[in-house]
Amino acid sequence: MSEGIAFYAIFFAAIFTNNILLTNYLGMCSFLAVSREVNTSVGLGWAVVFVMTATSALNWLAYHYILVPLDLTYLRYVVFIVVIAAFVQIVEMIIERMSDRLYIALGIFLPLITVNCAILGVSLFMVIRNYTFINSLFFGLGSGIGWMVAIIAMAGIRQKMARSRVPKGLAGAGIALIIAGIMALAFMGFSGMIKIS
Amino acid sequence: MQGYKVKKIFSEDLGRNNPVFIQVLGICSTLAVTNLLKNTVVMCAGLVFVTALSNVTISILRNYMPSRIRMMVETLIIASYVIIVDIMLKAFLPDVSRQLGPYVGLIITNCIIMGRAEAFALSNPPGLSFLDGIASGIGYSYVLLAIAFIREIMGSGSIWGYPLLGDWWTNWSIMVMAPGAFFTLAIFIWIVKGVLDRKEIAAS
Repeated sequence: MSEGIAFYAIFFAAIFTNNILLTNYLGMCSFLAVSREVNTSVGLGWAVVFVMTATSALNWLAYHYILVPLDLTYLRYVVFIVVIAAFVQIVEMIIERMSDRLYIALGIFLPLITVNCAILGVSLFMVIRNYTFINSLFFGLGSGIGWMVAIIAMAGIRQKMARSRVPKGLAGAGIALIIAGIMALAFMGFSGMIKIS
Repeated sequence: MQGYKVKKIFSEDLGRNNPVFIQVLGICSTLAVTNLLKNTVVMCAGLVFVTALSNVTISILRNYMPSRIRMMVETLIIASYVIIVDIMLKAFLPDVSRQLGPYVGLIITNCIIMGRAEAFALSNPPGLSFLDGIASGIGYSYVLLAIAFIREIMGSGSIWGYPLLGDWWTNWSIMVMAPGAFFTLAIFIWIVKGVLDRKEIAAS
């Protein structure tokens, strides 16, 4: 267990210095597809924050209380993906019953999230880095918020860019990647503030 | 007919319909491993293996899968092949396995594999699905390899770990960090789209 790292250090590092999207490239697919409007990005962002926090906690429990005692750690990929898919499905059913407004805001994004690599990535990182339960919880929360910050900033820039003239071959994905590159450069300014491995 | 179809699969997956350039799919794990050529080659081999075999398996099972749970079944099939890749890497290439870290596991959520399963394996026989898996795997790989080549030679002045450029070369350390990957892929997409557009204009 990495006792030395405080949970708040992990939390801030996950948002700024080790942003899951801009330094680990996870969650690019939905990032490029959805980041056209700020409103939808906020919706997807909240859904990711919620699912990421909850699944990193659930997967920590599943890994340390089921897989490790039974010596089945090589099955973690299957277990993690099933936990994520089942959790997303249950949450979707619950919000559908409970609140129409929440369902309209988040419901359509939930199926997208199952295949978001960032969610699985957070769970895998947490296992490789040997985080404690609290650390994993805050790592999930921080990564989710970091992802949301990145996608909202991206959507804001892309909305402004709608009227500018982009070279034909770059329009769409190409220019989005260049913006992501410049954002990654900007986030590198935070590096050195907090160090986690 | 069969020969024509095989040729069409390869030309579609490698060129016009390349998963990375045209559909911009599966680039999460694409970008992360391209800072060193060696890691990229290993990752690509794993990806071709998983795509081809999961396509075959899904194609064999396509008439027995209830369509409501087919996504779950597909994910589990893909995950089992990824576990095989992971165990093999740990056994035979422990260093590379440690460097790739979580990205081997993330092959599961690579949209290309699921995309090929949905778009091709569900409606085609196992033999053709196998070829399609190989073709889209290669289509994905050569893009990755090109990006890795550029990033490694500019970022560390070496290829496959051997210093190639000598002392006069100043490393562009930005190329091995995150922004370099974004810029390189964007420029690649730009070039390829430009070439394809020109061909289209010439054809019409």
